[in-house]
Amino acid sequence: MRKFWRNSNVRLKAGLIVTAFFVVLGFIVYYFPHANPFSYNTYPKKLPPSGANWLGTTSMGQDIFWLLIEAIHNSLSIGLIVALIGTVVGVFVGLIAGFTGGALDRVLMVITDTFVVIPSLPILILMTALMKGRSTVILMALVLAMFAWAWPSRQIRSMALSMKERDFIQTAWFSGEGTVQVVLTEILPFALTWSLSNFMNATLGAIASESSLAVLGLSPANLISLGNMIQWARERNAILARQWFWIGSPIVATVILFIGLFMLITGYNDYMSLKRGR
Amino acid sequence: MKFWKYFGLRLFTWALTIFIGVTFIFFIPRMFPSDPVETMIGQIQARSGQMDPAEKAALRKTLRVQFGLEGSLSEQYLSYLNRGLLHFDFGPSLMNFPADTRSIIGKYLPYTLGLSLTSTLIAWVIGNVIGLLAGFRKDKRSSKILEGIAIAIYPIPYFLVALVLQIVFAFVLKWFDLQSFILTNNGVWQFVRSLVRASILPGVSMLLLGTGWWIISMKSLAATTAAEEFVLYARYRGLSESKIGKDYVFRNSILTQITALAMSLGTVFSGSIMTEIIFGYPGVGKLLQSAILQSDYNMILGVITISIVAISTATLIADLVYPFIDPRIRYS
Repeated sequence: MRKFWRNSNVRLKAGLIVTAFFVVLGFIVYYFPHANPFSYNTYPKKLPPSGANWLGTTSMGQDIFWLLIEAIHNSLSIGLIVALIGTVVGVFVGLIAGFTGGALDRVLMVITDTFVVIPSLPILILMTALMKGRSTVILMALVLAMFAWAWPSRQIRSMALSMKERDFIQTAWFSGEGTVQVVLTEILPFALTWSLSNFMNATLGAIASESSLAVLGLSPANLISLGNMIQWARERNAILARQWFWIGSPIVATVILFIGLFMLITGYNDYMSLKRGR
Repeated sequence: MKFWKYFGLRLFTWALTIFIGVTFIFFIPRMFPSDPVETMIGQIQARSGQMDPAEKAALRKTLRVQFGLEGSLSEQYLSYLNRGLLHFDFGPSLMNFPADTRSIIGKYLPYTLGLSLTSTLIAWVIGNVIGLLAGFRKDKRSSKILEGIAIAIYPIPYFLVALVLQIVFAFVLKWFDLQSFILTNNGVWQFVRSLVRASILPGVSMLLLGTGWWIISMKSLAATTAAEEFVLYARYRGLSESKIGKDYVFRNSILTQITALAMSLGTVFSGSIMTEIIFGYPGVGKLLQSAILQSDYNMILGVITISIVAISTATLIADLVYPFIDPRIRYS
């Protein structure tokens, strides 16, 4: 662990610290006892920041700090669910296509390529517009995951194709190991290194897509997410009323979270490529 | 010969992408319980009071034909493919009834194209120049600072950059209007002036994100190229740094960036939609938003189909042009 920290670059360190901070906020601080931030009139309206309400309250008497914590929790959860589904399906499809080859490979790759090229936002807009009001967090995550598997599966397939020809794989093969065994013990460890970077990328992408849909008013109406929090503040004229803590805190949180995640990704990629010795 | 095989295969993927995308779009709304015709009859009724049942039945029949909902599912599908893909005809728009969807999209599309293409091209040029310098001289302090800024901007979603710019420059500093409006019937001069004024903030917010990405990608490309042996060899030959930068590093890295430009158009389109919505810019994004708010499914379908066709075609063109730009691909 200490060796890892010494060898890692500035970006990886900064990214790790920022991301860890948000994970603590979203998955530890979140469980501290507090009033339900969604219900109206828990506190007096439009309070400035104070000891009791760290970021003040909204026009509906909600505590902004706990609203923000809940939003971070939900946005991170959606991002992680989508990234998990996308990565698992992607690795699975990619390995199957790469290792079986032939007609199955061709069919799978045509479908994959289509999903890589198709612009996702318009289709996401269509699907969520049709579910308007009735969509749930799980449904939202599933819809976003539809577009999260194609890119990893394409990458994993080409990785599998080149791995298939390497000497140590051939050796494993000739020494009598079955395909499943080879894939599990020899290929998967390689694929996982790349998948981790893709996983973080997918998390970032999913949070961004959800918040874009939220600004269109298409995210589930009862979901406290970073995007919805920004959208609600906009709808209730927080800008015109100059309630900067209300509109500002989700914006600042999103920006810092995204920069942190992005630094984590690029830092991790640099770290891995140096470790491999390029 | 090889080229033609590649060409044919690529054309096939292009057609298939559009086909799958459009099929998707056709079947998704039909899996959901809401019926656009009933929604519309409800709206008409709310506006004009009660109708007698015969009148209502006749209206329903006409609307079902116009919305392409008559006949079996396969008949609807075929007529949708025929009307939508070959004629870009998506029926009447619900919110602007009886005007048809195609002509309304045609009115909004030039604004979106103008805004997104201009800002993308400028971003591409600026980003590549900065990225080249930063990658070529990667140990200079200024290179690191520029890259740091690019990394801090690029991951932020389009709508958020737009929102922050709007708050700072339109609300706090009051340099621009909060919502863009474009004067269309006060003569050419007024039109151009209001168009420029309305386009600056949306353009700048798209420019910032685009430039960030081109700096990051060009920097890593240029740094990789600059470390290659033929560059080292050029240095040993005593060529000047500017010649190495221009003829060796730039020429080799820019090729990748040309394809990347066309590949990025999908993202740019999504970004344009979000930016337009924040600023109320009268493009396809704004149109799509009103269509969603008023459940105008024909309009939503029309905008989405056109965007899928446009983006797939841009990607196709990029792939087909590439062999002509890069001699290494043409012969391998």
